[in-house]
Amino acid sequence: MEIHYLTAHQLKDRLEKGQISCTEIVKSIYLRIEEVEDRLNSYIRLEKESALSRAGEVDKLISAGSDIEDFMGMPVAVKDNICTKNITTTCASRILENYIPIYNATVIDRLESRNYILAGKANMDEFAMGSSNENSYFGTVKNPWDTDRVPGGSSGGPAACVAAGEAVCSLGSDTGGSIRQPASLCGVVGFKPTYGMVSRYGLVAFASSLDQIGPITRDVEDCAAMLNIICGHDRKDSTSINMEVPDYKSFLKADIKDMRIGVPKELMVEGIDREVKEAVYRTIKLVEDMGGIVEEISLPNLEYALSVYYIIAPSEASSNLSRFDGVRYGYRNVEAESLREMYRRSRAEGFGDEVKRRIMIGAYCLSAGYYDAYYEKAQRVRTLIINDFKKAFKKFDVLISPTSPTTAFKIGEKIEDPLTMYLSDICTIPVNLAGLPAISIPAGLSGGKLPIGLQIIGNVLREDNVLKVAYSLEKAIGFTCRPGL
Amino acid sequence: MERISKDDVKRVAELAELEFGEKDIEKIASQLDRILDHVANVGSANTEGIPPTSHILDIKNVFREDMAEESVTQESALKNAPDEANDGFKVPKID
Repeated sequence: MEIHYLTAHQLKDRLEKGQISCTEIVKSIYLRIEEVEDRLNSYIRLEKESALSRAGEVDKLISAGSDIEDFMGMPVAVKDNICTKNITTTCASRILENYIPIYNATVIDRLESRNYILAGKANMDEFAMGSSNENSYFGTVKNPWDTDRVPGGSSGGPAACVAAGEAVCSLGSDTGGSIRQPASLCGVVGFKPTYGMVSRYGLVAFASSLDQIGPITRDVEDCAAMLNIICGHDRKDSTSINMEVPDYKSFLKADIKDMRIGVPKELMVEGIDREVKEAVYRTIKLVEDMGGIVEEISLPNLEYALSVYYIIAPSEASSNLSRFDGVRYGYRNVEAESLREMYRRSRAEGFGDEVKRRIMIGAYCLSAGYYDAYYEKAQRVRTLIINDFKKAFKKFDVLISPTSPTTAFKIGEKIEDPLTMYLSDICTIPVNLAGLPAISIPAGLSGGKLPIGLQIIGNVLREDNVLKVAYSLEKAIGFTCRPGL
Repeated sequence: MERISKDDVKRVAELAELEFGEKDIEKIASQLDRILDHVANVGSANTEGIPPTSHILDIKNVFREDMAEESVTQESALKNAPDEANDGFKVPKID
């Protein structure tokens, strides 16, 4: 197989055997970028020069006898809402077009300590708001499987570049499905850890009670290896969980005998494509063949999940995004003659349509007279949803569902209708509301040769069960297709 | 549910420090109307005796010792400022 399609653990193996150098890996990734990036637009910024010079340094370390750790010398794409010191971090927004962070996000410090290589900053929906990556100030990202279609969002760039061989893996962020849904639409693996497992320090905040950073990789093994690096307590994030981090790679065992797997019927109903449902049923059969016990379960309050999310997430966003006022950083309208005029015009000109729409929804839901009926009520219903999951996990080790109700849709198909677009995240949103860990793995291709994703959801802090089932199913499904790009 | 009017949009835009052109206001009013009408179904959930979620885990507030340590320098804090004067952020006249 071409070097640019190898996984990080396959590349590590070759590095250890001296069959390849880091410089060769980085060069092959950049050759691939030059070949396909014009058609995909997965990156906002490339870091070719610094990547090649870092690769040379890593090669020197290796020839001096240094141990080769996971992701050492691996070109990684980083979603452009994760702060990289001295490298622009735009959130795909005009308002941060020239913003240069003076510090690294904690996940970047952790990767740097492992000698990773930053391939570039990946494209995304502006401020991570969107399900199609059509909301980027830097242009739409295309799906590598069919460039007339969307890659999903908001981590469309991070998913597309891993699927197309433009990076070995990437980091995304997931507020309502923004890692899992694009991973599903692009045929790669995407993981959202338990809320609090990965530090949010340096992740530009969208909805703080829902946001979580996670990996997008070519297989489950790379995903576990990346979790080993990015998970762990950080005093700079007050919601970070202070506990010992397990070795996630130790859960990579193809054995799910007697594991109990629930299928929430609310995630298998109307609006789910026939082919997507069939793929889930085929997987259920595989689970049973391996000795897993599958049963349907009802989580009745999931019916409210989309509504709860579209009250809570915009409310938190309207508060978080108030910091963009043209004073300390970011775009400023220079013609305004008074402070408030400067605020308003900078924000009106700096934010795109979807971001403004969500700020408006949030400001409305939080405003006097509406707070109780919308925001507070939504937080109560959120508790009901969490309780439904708690009950389900008394009986089951994991829950499975489609990741996305459909395969990749056409560019332009849903962009004029926000509510229809919001429905793309119907299967992923409940997971964020309850802070659970969940993965999307490729479950096959549709008749139209588009990837279908399977979501595996675990109880809080039960990444072990998610990884075990994902690893077992990945082996059983044997998805090896690559986009014909 | 009451419909979202153009005046509602103007009121909320003012709260959010945003502004919209006259022709956009109508479009936003109708989009917000449709979205808020959809999410209003949370009202039909029975939440009697159910507390609002504050955190998904049972965690306590986090404190740490109040110790002096290295922080951001004035120079680097001003690095991204659109305008500056006398080592501070400069803004137009405060109205």
